[in-house]
Amino acid sequence: MEIFILYKAILVLVVFAISLGVAAYSTYGERKVAAFMQDRVGPDRAGPFGMLQPLADGLKMFMKEEIIPTVSNKFLFVLGPSLAMLTALMTGVVIPWGGDITIGNMVFPLQITDINIGILYIFGVVSFGVYGIMIGGWASNNKYSMLGALRASSQMISYEIAMGLAIVALVMTTGTLSLREIVTQQSGNWVNFIYQPLGCLIFIICAFAETNRAPFDLPECETELVGGYHTEYSSMKLGFYLFAEYINMFISSAIIMSLYFGGYNLPFQNYIAPYIDGNILSILQFGCFFTKVLFGIFFFMWIRWTIPRFRYDQLMNLGWKVLIPLAIFNILITGVLMYALGKV
Amino acid sequence: MMQLTNRKRVVVKKEMSLAEKLYLPAITDGMVITLKHLFKKPTTVKYPEVKRELSATFRGQHVLKRDEQGAERCTACGLCAVACPAEAITMEAAERKKGEEHLYREEKYATIYEINMLRCIFCGLCEEACPKEAIFLTDRIVPVDVNRKDMVYGKDKLVEDIQNRVDVSKRQTAAVLEFKKDKKHFHNQTWDDIQKQIKPKKHH
Repeated sequence: MEIFILYKAILVLVVFAISLGVAAYSTYGERKVAAFMQDRVGPDRAGPFGMLQPLADGLKMFMKEEIIPTVSNKFLFVLGPSLAMLTALMTGVVIPWGGDITIGNMVFPLQITDINIGILYIFGVVSFGVYGIMIGGWASNNKYSMLGALRASSQMISYEIAMGLAIVALVMTTGTLSLREIVTQQSGNWVNFIYQPLGCLIFIICAFAETNRAPFDLPECETELVGGYHTEYSSMKLGFYLFAEYINMFISSAIIMSLYFGGYNLPFQNYIAPYIDGNILSILQFGCFFTKVLFGIFFFMWIRWTIPRFRYDQLMNLGWKVLIPLAIFNILITGVLMYALGKV
Repeated sequence: MMQLTNRKRVVVKKEMSLAEKLYLPAITDGMVITLKHLFKKPTTVKYPEVKRELSATFRGQHVLKRDEQGAERCTACGLCAVACPAEAITMEAAERKKGEEHLYREEKYATIYEINMLRCIFCGLCEEACPKEAIFLTDRIVPVDVNRKDMVYGKDKLVEDIQNRVDVSKRQTAAVLEFKKDKKHFHNQTWDDIQKQIKPKKHH
């Protein structure tokens, strides 16, 4: 029992560290990707290839003067970024990072907890995440922050519906809400993307909106709203908001990969698995999953530096008039096909 | 109205087709473009290590030239100051004393010669106006400074070092080089040559 608790504690710390590390290097990656796509070089002064840039940025964030506006609600002002960070880190709990590792007769799964309502849990936590932005924007007592917060809440609520409907169709085909089971079903089988291409597309689009990434970065919208909901924030509280966005990107990329692109399963895993040790396979799986997730993050950045921001009315039109009907249509098609193929 | 070019397009607000409404084909096109750029060579010049090649006619920081003997060529005639459209040049003249022949080429020289680098627009009109080939713009870039006072360059910064001459031949046009070869012009000769030519005045 003690070993179990110790193992879980270590795993939690490792996932926490990986999330922060990936988020920190995403900022570097983003600047590099942006630079290369614009035929520039990007940060290359701090360390070899500018690899120490995130450390310098972090140090800068900590050293900056911390300003709390006198007209703001101080408690809520501090609560906002804390909530954003908390919810961003909480979602990593249910993601399966790889197969089991067996030492002696003890089995250590590379997943913090496998709750049988994993997807539901993620939805709960993610919808909680909008509070961080809403509270922060409202507590700042600033019009721009307020507008950013309003946009964030309306956008997140609208896109969560389509996201949920896309998931419903996936749950219909998989028959489970546990992320681990969804991933294991995809081993040696077609990945879910083949069964749910439309659902996958809707899910990815909604994931962009949920993480406030371009082209749906209206809550921040530096060209219209100064900094959006974090206009009044400075120092590490601003850093928390920015960090939370990158952690969200990492986690949503992991979820997309788990749900639709085979999760930690290696390509042609069934042919390889009999020849290698289970523990090595698990480590390979972790590596494979991590590569997939990093590609997902690259995809997020690729989109950001390709297309411009949506206008507010376009955003709402896309959410309510296109994505939701499409998601419902997707459920219908899935149901009809499953019935026709005798899967029900 | 008369049409000057054939680039005119009439803008029509048409309904978007289904493909356009979906945005997806346009987005994929865009993504292909950005992906292509990802593998292109960056156009960045990494400045302190790599310097961009200056144009052959680049006009940078001024130099006040000395002649072959090391005497200052400037006679403080003020033509450069008059020509300067930005009024960046000021000077004060003085008469050369005996024994200063090795310092100043002609009887008059500039005790103070100042160019305000914040006013200067580097047009090169001073260079064109100068009858003594004393002032030239060079390919050196004026360094930045933190206060205005130090941006007014005096003779200490402008006159070239005797040991360390500034090469202005790159900046000189072919016409000027040709003009310099002609020794019959007064200002192309050294002080000793000039002395030989001057005939002693007759006393009445």
